[in-house]
Amino acid sequence: MMTPTSEQELSEYVSQAKGPLVIKGGGTRGVGVDGDVLNTGGLTGIDLYEPGALTVVAKAGTALSAIKTTLAGERQRLAFEPMDYRGLLGLKGEPTIGGIVAGNISGPRRIQVGAARDFTLGVRFVDGQGTIVKNGGRVMKNVTGYDLVKLLSGSWGTLGVLSEVSLKVLPMPEAEATLCVHGLGVIDAVGAMAAALGSPYDVSGAAHLPNDDTGVTMIRVEGFTDSVSYRTAQLRETLAKFGGEITVIENVDAAWATVRDVKNFHGKDGDVWRISVKPSDGPAVLAAIDPLEVQFDWAGGLVWVRTEQGTDVRAKLSGISGHATLVRGTGQPRFQPETAGVAALSAGMRQQFDPRGILNAGLMTA
Amino acid sequence: MEMPVPSQSVLARKSRVVERLQGVLPMDAVIHDEMETRAYECDALTAYRCPPMAAVLPTTTKEVSGVLRICHEEGVPVVPRGSGTSLAGGALPTADCVILGVARMNDVIETNYPDRYIRVQTGRTNLSVTGAVEEDGFFYAPDPSSQLACAIAGNIAMNSGGAHCLKYGVTTNNLMGVTMVLMTGEIVEIGGAHLDAGNLDLLGLICGSEGQLGVVTEATLRILHKPEGARPVLVGFDDNEVAGACVSDIIKAGVLPVAIEFMDALCIKTCEEFAQAGYPDCQALLIIEVEGSEAEIDDQLARIVKIANQHNPVEVRESKSAEESAAIWLGRKSAFGAMGQISDYMCLDGTIPVSELPMVLRRIGELSDQFGLPVGNVFHAGDGNMHPLILFDANKPGDLELCEEMGAEILKLCVDAGGCLTGEHGVGIEKRDLMTYQYAPADLEAQLAVKDVFDPHWLLNAAKVFPLAVSHDRRAE
Repeated sequence: MMTPTSEQELSEYVSQAKGPLVIKGGGTRGVGVDGDVLNTGGLTGIDLYEPGALTVVAKAGTALSAIKTTLAGERQRLAFEPMDYRGLLGLKGEPTIGGIVAGNISGPRRIQVGAARDFTLGVRFVDGQGTIVKNGGRVMKNVTGYDLVKLLSGSWGTLGVLSEVSLKVLPMPEAEATLCVHGLGVIDAVGAMAAALGSPYDVSGAAHLPNDDTGVTMIRVEGFTDSVSYRTAQLRETLAKFGGEITVIENVDAAWATVRDVKNFHGKDGDVWRISVKPSDGPAVLAAIDPLEVQFDWAGGLVWVRTEQGTDVRAKLSGISGHATLVRGTGQPRFQPETAGVAALSAGMRQQFDPRGILNAGLMTA
Repeated sequence: MEMPVPSQSVLARKSRVVERLQGVLPMDAVIHDEMETRAYECDALTAYRCPPMAAVLPTTTKEVSGVLRICHEEGVPVVPRGSGTSLAGGALPTADCVILGVARMNDVIETNYPDRYIRVQTGRTNLSVTGAVEEDGFFYAPDPSSQLACAIAGNIAMNSGGAHCLKYGVTTNNLMGVTMVLMTGEIVEIGGAHLDAGNLDLLGLICGSEGQLGVVTEATLRILHKPEGARPVLVGFDDNEVAGACVSDIIKAGVLPVAIEFMDALCIKTCEEFAQAGYPDCQALLIIEVEGSEAEIDDQLARIVKIANQHNPVEVRESKSAEESAAIWLGRKSAFGAMGQISDYMCLDGTIPVSELPMVLRRIGELSDQFGLPVGNVFHAGDGNMHPLILFDANKPGDLELCEEMGAEILKLCVDAGGCLTGEHGVGIEKRDLMTYQYAPADLEAQLAVKDVFDPHWLLNAAKVFPLAVSHDRRAE
């Protein structure tokens, strides 16, 4: 295993590589491709943190937990609420900030504030030839040249190995509350979540967990204390027309961690798929797949399903726009295959950034 | 400003190219008369002009595809154009190019409130996107100052921002999907009404690529429910640095206003004379706007006022009504017009880390003295996106060049401070030659490599973004 301790060393390892490299951050995602392991865990440290400018810059191998702790010291946070995959995949390890950006990993608040890619202000990376490249920076607004930050976010190390990332952070709220609507069917739940998000009340999470006997639809608001109680009351009225008992919980972290990390699926058999569609298509996805278990986040637009091993979920979804990722399981492409025209563009990108095809080879294309 | 030498071979084939374009478009959609093509000779960077060889105004994606296929086959450069409001020369033609204007493509294709998106043709203006949904209580958040005129196509090309992006983000954060036509005429669909990319995030790459990768003909945009209300507070200071520190303290305190606007003494005085907004006579002024219900607004403004009062303001004026809000915004919104009344000016767009505000303002003052040209500062302070306005006299020989030289120094200062050349206007031709100051050769090469994939012959808006010397070997000659 190669563990470079500087960007320069990282560049040398990549340029001198004789074969495929497996890019490993915290190892919490088990990418499952072959090659020599290139571990970014030696690239650690927060280079800059300016609470007044809402910016943090860190080496890619820095533990997510270290960043969270530092931000919490100033009552700030990564607002996109990155998911922790360890429980779902049964893996250990320590998630890194580079892994979060490389996987564009977000959580329930993505529906309100945006994804990891929306909070990534700048990247430094080493491409497949060993060349060190920087793009973006550490300011909120930057349209200077092409936005390779977005291209690298969610490219899973296949275009370049991240060495440093710069992120926008946000203040932690003073208060939060979650309205739980009990007993709604999927169609009503999706309707209720659409009504909540279509209101002026700044909803920061909308999820539906149908599997237990009672079925619960969760709507979260955050902010200053008085504002949270006002919006909670307003939303209670908005949601009343869907029927179902409404309760309000104020200590919401555990409930949303369950949604974020898909805890209901932990320790259970079968394949796990993550499907992104427009929210109103959520019920159709459920009907088309008929899975062992399901969870809806993002107002219905993020559908997690647990299926029998080997189920070809994408075939069942034909006619519904969006994409499906095989998070746990084998036998199908992990990432959504692209249409021919788009695939040609993506292949072009891979040819330019990693002409030898050595970075997490085949991860996104097979 | 250097532009590539027009291709004599292309110019010699003008009539043939025009004839072929007329084969795929209605007669009135192909403009080739030398008097009429002058309408497309510049955008809002009016110092530079060059009529194109021809201009086309298609109405459908299929027509755009036909135009690009022909231009690709004929080796004719194409410059896409939204509404022509670019301040960076993004739509400046070359003499041998076809201007592809999307102005006639302004339909709303689909409005979906449960899923909160709208799909439009990209010639539609920014404000009319909101116009299509506001009766139902919704709006499209990015709000560039030119929103009455600017097209979504241009917003996507430049990744436009606006005063309210502190809360709502810029175009790329509100763009969900596009239909794009490649230079070959091939039509691709990227993204859609769902969130995030299922594979590489090409949508994020396309947004802000200044019309160099393809022509975006349709876009799916996030719409949001309007807030219940919004009100600003105006705070005056007798010192720029103190105003900067106040901005930082507000952000640190966990209040997230939708906008924090800053004006310096020259802008305050000029706007006051122009608009009589009742601004205090002071060195620096902040306009801070918050949203929510009446009670929520009162609460947030009280928190902001408490912080402001710790910085010895010369005036704090909290809006209590729509009329008072309008009065507070009046001066700020007339800033560019007011400055234009007293002088020609060049508007810069560099972004800096908010913490560097005092240092950068001080250095701009020193550069102003050194070059002998006055500078007014009016900008989005919450996100560090500065708009220094350098005043000059267009009729005085050498003044424009002096102004450009000073502008370059200010932008280099922004880069040195940890920021960038352009926060929301784009590089275009205006900041093209400074790209090597912000980016090392390998950083630029990675961007050039992207264009090589989308437009291998470098026919699309090829003289923009990159210094001509850098792109020389790739561009079609």
